[in-house]
Amino acid sequence: MSTVAQADPAASAGSAGPLAHRRPLGDRIFQILAAAAGVLVLVILALIAISTSQQASSWFSTAGWNIFTADWNPATNSFGALSFIYGTIITAAIAIILSVPISVAMALLLTEVVPRRWARPIVYVVDLLAVVPSVVWGLWGILVFAPWLQHIYTSIASGVKGIPVLDALFGQPVSGASFFTCGLILAFMITPIVTSLSREVIATVPAIDKEGAYALGATRLEMIRGAVWPHSQGGIVGAVLLGLGRAMGETIAAALVIGSSPVITSHLFAAGYDMPAVIANQFGEASGEFRAALIGLGVLLFVITIVINLIARGVVERSARRHRGA
Amino acid sequence: MDSPEQNVVASAQLPKPAALQDTAQDAFATSTGTWIFDAKGISIYYSSFRAVTDVSLTIYENEITAFIGPSGCGKTTVLRTLNRLNDLIPGARVEGEVHYRGANLYGSGVSPIAVRRRIGMVFQKPNPFPKSIYDNVAYGPRINGIRNKGKLDEIVERSLRRAALWDEVKNRLNKSGLGLSGGQAQRLCIARTLAVEPDVVLMDEPASALDPIATGKIEDLMHEIKSQYTIVIVTHNMQQATRVSDRTAFYSVLVDSENDTRTGTLVEYGPTQQIFEDPQDPRTQAYVTGRMG
Amino acid sequence: MAATEQPAVDLREPAGWRRTKNQIATVAMVLAFGIVLIPLGFVLFTVIAKGASAINWSFLTGGPIPPNVVPAGIGGMGPAVVGTLLITGLAAVIAVPLGVLGAIYVNEYGGRGPLARVVRFMADVMTGVPSIVMGLFIFSIWVLHFGYSGLAGAFALACLMLPVVIRSSEEMLKLVPDPLREASYALGATKSRVTLTVVLPAAIGGIVSGALLAIARAAGETAPLLFTILTVTATNANVFNGANTALSTQIFTNATQPYLGAQSRAWGAALTLIAIAFILMIVARIVTARFTRYSN
Repeated sequence: MSTVAQADPAASAGSAGPLAHRRPLGDRIFQILAAAAGVLVLVILALIAISTSQQASSWFSTAGWNIFTADWNPATNSFGALSFIYGTIITAAIAIILSVPISVAMALLLTEVVPRRWARPIVYVVDLLAVVPSVVWGLWGILVFAPWLQHIYTSIASGVKGIPVLDALFGQPVSGASFFTCGLILAFMITPIVTSLSREVIATVPAIDKEGAYALGATRLEMIRGAVWPHSQGGIVGAVLLGLGRAMGETIAAALVIGSSPVITSHLFAAGYDMPAVIANQFGEASGEFRAALIGLGVLLFVITIVINLIARGVVERSARRHRGA
Repeated sequence: MDSPEQNVVASAQLPKPAALQDTAQDAFATSTGTWIFDAKGISIYYSSFRAVTDVSLTIYENEITAFIGPSGCGKTTVLRTLNRLNDLIPGARVEGEVHYRGANLYGSGVSPIAVRRRIGMVFQKPNPFPKSIYDNVAYGPRINGIRNKGKLDEIVERSLRRAALWDEVKNRLNKSGLGLSGGQAQRLCIARTLAVEPDVVLMDEPASALDPIATGKIEDLMHEIKSQYTIVIVTHNMQQATRVSDRTAFYSVLVDSENDTRTGTLVEYGPTQQIFEDPQDPRTQAYVTGRMG
Repeated sequence: MAATEQPAVDLREPAGWRRTKNQIATVAMVLAFGIVLIPLGFVLFTVIAKGASAINWSFLTGGPIPPNVVPAGIGGMGPAVVGTLLITGLAAVIAVPLGVLGAIYVNEYGGRGPLARVVRFMADVMTGVPSIVMGLFIFSIWVLHFGYSGLAGAFALACLMLPVVIRSSEEMLKLVPDPLREASYALGATKSRVTLTVVLPAAIGGIVSGALLAIARAAGETAPLLFTILTVTATNANVFNGANTALSTQIFTNATQPYLGAQSRAWGAALTLIAIAFILMIVARIVTARFTRYSN
């Protein structure tokens, strides 16, 4: 005879009947630990913002809006960061311009052209690019690549001498370690990420849309433009933005190959500087307000990359929602 | 114009199916007698798996031919063979010959792109591109090189009218095709297919995802356009087959219990009225009287 | 009804621009892959060529690291190897359990609730925080009070790894089918028990491989260590106390040296670092192939 059937509904919760529920302590502790680990992410992000801003506060308060001048001279205690901001933007732009067409083309290659069997080895090769640590890119960059590029830059510079726009971009002064070299190496580094994210996006295009395009007698290129591209636009823009964020934050390779010269110039082959590079290179000797300024550059970098990240996710969300909802 | 002979062999042993309620009133009204497709003993493989075996049939111009049969009997596979859409599946191949208007569809030198321009397809689930209604219909003509705006406007309007969608969307041609209801979206897909002026329109269960009213509209559409196009439709709905088609092909499954494989095959093919009122093969009979499938 | 009754229709390729454009596009895509191979090949070739000659047993284990003027062949990078292994190992010990726990919270407990959504979103955002910022963070919050140490470096690397481990583990947990959990609940297990004894083991292959990839990435990081360990030349086995060194920071300091000896040591260290990352990557793939029950 089952005692369950006899259980009196009136004498339920509170008293320890046969079915009374009492969550074991271990179970509750585990849940709290798990939640704490999750919340740790939020805590760390907040702490990053707070602690670094605090360290940089003296720079923000003393320099004020002069932060956005190009006058950077530790000796005279002036720390205008414009040339570094400029360098960060320029090198990241070069990296994106060079990397995105290649990455998107490869993503299309892997999803639309290559038979499935060959896709995996190709992906492995692309991932190898990501395995090379940033410092190794920098080492190779400064000792091997930059000297080699210098010859090429010099020839290009003499070739465009006198031609209006081209000379401003590619003319003298040139240096192996320069904005362009940095942008180029950044392009190598962000290609695996942008490719892999783009691949994920393109893979979500419904096969039935592709078949619809083929059924109308489209060639593969026409199918890509008609069915794949409209679906993946948003996602690919998001992927590009994430790549941009990565490029901006990349430190060590930049520190080694950018040329360490705080200037604002249109000449892409000239030596330059950017935010993460100057922090890495000069932190060792910095103290007092100099150090505060460098940490302040770190805060700027933090804010910029967070903003780009948020925009990227917003773009991806909105385009995904538009296609899902319909 | 000759109408095919009715087969008057009596099958006294088999109980007679009820007479068809809805017959295609205009059965064979537009048929010209010219053959469009001719398949002889074809088998279709996915890698080493034989999905369909021994299918022979002839499809005639300006008729509506229905493929019916239980799930997994290969009717969609055979349909997709007719516009070489199976080429998209790695490992798919056809053995045997399929001829389209005198040419070997799978011959060397044949371009699937040229094939698909002539033989269009409407899919089970409406799949408008995430573009405007106008751009959806204009996609086909554009890739075939028509750039002139005036000409495109004309083609878009004509195709949408033929698909009985013009009045409903003429004021919002630049709105996204994704915002249409199921029935409208399917008619948009039909308009898109008609815009390239195909010779044949293949339809893979075009109304199975739609409500009865939308289904009715699609069926009316088929009647209207059959004087200009040859239509082959795969359908699960026997009443639909009797309502729209001139001829019906009944497919079934051969089960190989030893290897646990199921292979589709063509069982019987003939005028729709005959298939449903006087089937020759007991399997056909069992299916159309509802005892199986 | 012979097949040759009517004149054959022309089904050949439509002539002209369309086909050419399609072919150009295909060639461009393949070319893109080729372009990617060039720098990859170039880097790997150089590192292997220049690094291999520097590496031998005494290089990997000998120490202390000699001053830059000393030519190649004398001394070794032992302290840096030890440093990298210890610091990365410590970072893994900190970040992986926390990351898996965080993923468990987001996937098993949080569900669609607001906190879980915020955590998931912020973990995504955190993966985009530059490594140098992590270094500056730990500098501000730890080093200024407790000095340079391998521990500080490990904290910085752990901050880098944490969001990556959370996201990759969460993806793996999502793949475990619900019926598995339901069967366990039906037997009267508590949620923690279900998670630890059924869900986690089912996803463990993917989780481990994701963690290995995160560790591989952390091993190569330089920027977070620059501000936390203060590169030294002698082995410091006490990871909790006192400045330390690592392969990555060593390479960084050596790279800008004009002395060939220093450069040669840098190449050797670079090859060692790539080898470590490569081995971890291969092990991760093996784990994925052999031990992952549920995968995409």
